[in-house]
Amino acid sequence: MHDLGALSDTAFLIASTIKVLVAFVVTLVVVAMWTLAERRFSAFIQDRLGPNRVGPFGLLQPAADGLKNLLKEESSPGEAAKFYFMLAPMLAIAPAFLLMAVIPWAAPLPTPWGLVDMVIADVPIGILFILAFSSLGVYGLFLAGWSSNNKYAFLGGLRASAQMVSYEVSLGLSLIPVFMLVGNVTLTETVWVQQEGLGIWFAFPLGLAFFLFVIASFAETNRLPFDMPEAEAELVAGYHSEYSSMKFSMFMIGEYAHLLTQSALMATLFFGGWDIPFWQGDDMRVIAPGVVEGAEPAWWKSLLTFFAFAAKTLFFAFVFIWVRWTLPRFRYDQIMDLGWKALLPTSLAFIMLMAASILVLDTLGLPFGLGYGLILTAVNLVAMVLFFWVLDNDRILAGASARREVERRPSEDEAVVVEEPEEPAVPTGAGV
Amino acid sequence: MAIGVRKVRRPESGTSYLRAALKGMALTFRHMVDPRKVTQQYPDEKPNIAPRWRGTHRMEVHADGRPKCVACGLCPTICPANCIRLVPGEDDQGNRYPIVYEIDEFRCIFCGMCQEVCPVEAIHVGQDYEAAEFTRDRFVYDLDRLMAQDHPVTALWDPSDPLSE
Repeated sequence: MHDLGALSDTAFLIASTIKVLVAFVVTLVVVAMWTLAERRFSAFIQDRLGPNRVGPFGLLQPAADGLKNLLKEESSPGEAAKFYFMLAPMLAIAPAFLLMAVIPWAAPLPTPWGLVDMVIADVPIGILFILAFSSLGVYGLFLAGWSSNNKYAFLGGLRASAQMVSYEVSLGLSLIPVFMLVGNVTLTETVWVQQEGLGIWFAFPLGLAFFLFVIASFAETNRLPFDMPEAEAELVAGYHSEYSSMKFSMFMIGEYAHLLTQSALMATLFFGGWDIPFWQGDDMRVIAPGVVEGAEPAWWKSLLTFFAFAAKTLFFAFVFIWVRWTLPRFRYDQIMDLGWKALLPTSLAFIMLMAASILVLDTLGLPFGLGYGLILTAVNLVAMVLFFWVLDNDRILAGASARREVERRPSEDEAVVVEEPEEPAVPTGAGV
Repeated sequence: MAIGVRKVRRPESGTSYLRAALKGMALTFRHMVDPRKVTQQYPDEKPNIAPRWRGTHRMEVHADGRPKCVACGLCPTICPANCIRLVPGEDDQGNRYPIVYEIDEFRCIFCGMCQEVCPVEAIHVGQDYEAAEFTRDRFVYDLDRLMAQDHPVTALWDPSDPLSE
């Protein structure tokens, strides 16, 4: 227990202001850099080099893009509902940035004026706040599609809302096992339980939930393979067909900010947040203003844990890019099938399984700790093997090669062949 | 009669979406870390062009700076795009020379027939591709400009060596 003194009211105000500014600016800069990263990584994947001419390694490319978008003509369709047309990009961008406010990004920082939490607002409803605000993003998309008065944009907006509603359910349900282990919904508590309480990152005892969360996150952020609302091959540009210049850019910034916050959430909820693995020196939590339980806070620990958090977040952000440039888009009915028939029942079943396991372990009187976590990991492993075995056996999803396989060798694999109609005899000499 | 539907049990190796997705991810990752890229860094790195590439024209000159052209009129006659304007002149010794020799590079189709027909090997198409200008009238090359061009000239097709080996 370390008492480093609480911040005075003035110091708290100043510290919070600085934190808000820093978090906002850093997120914006990383978003800008991530648009560049997306283009560079996609280029590397396709054996190209990507934009590398503006500034060193093309680092000023986002600035050039931003300037271009600011200077572009702003068009507004004549039949559009002006107010909502203007409102939509703002609604798309705001929720994504708001999420950054509740995510803890480093260990608490001791200062001469007292201890500063490295989270803007450690709200007691942490994860619920995130679920509430990440689903607000769909209003921006749907309003954009509806107010444009364009059939393609409208279809994009409809798809956005259908997809969001479907995957929001599994997103929320996949987090319930986390609540059950933490016994709380604050994110700082989640990090602490992964550091000390359970002593193991939730990705191990709750691996299946993590997998479902990742899939639902892809759908939430409208990234390929779930970018139905945009679907440029079918819907021109989907919900933002009619947008130009900075308004279009705001949708883009919103998308990337959403991507970043979802990556930060994956890191926080399932990969220990700012925890550095195999090191007890950073295991601390604030139990009252200025009072820390666990290890002694230090400025260099805050810095190191911030780097750990950044590395985890950027890794998941990279996975988003990697998947985007590998997998093709699903068909609309496949997305709905996957959401309602696969993810929803699986997440419900996993909740039941975890609840039962926790109940059994508690009844047996096992202390909450590493052993507890390892038993849950074993249970989870069985669940995952079962899940992937079912998913892998063509019960829900099938690769495109399934079709090709059938065409190539129709005579083999005749396990269940129903009678075929006889070929109608070709009339010989007809039409000559 | 009902339409016969053929039900085929699919082999697992070919139908798994997960395995196919992971295979794809591995493939894209391999390409991402592969240092061999196909991008040509154009202004820094010039592309190699073929010896028989036909670009903007060049007029050969004698050692004393006169154009080799004898104003015979064959190139404006054979030019399919009619882009060469030639006004012939004759000096005191009876030597013919071009008073005006202009090529409109916009009309030119770069067929190279002017080079093939030229009896004194004066006009050539060249191995050149950077012909951008700020105004349209700059694309009409006059005699001085044609003589000032210094890029390598196009190799003619040799019937005895059809593949240019």
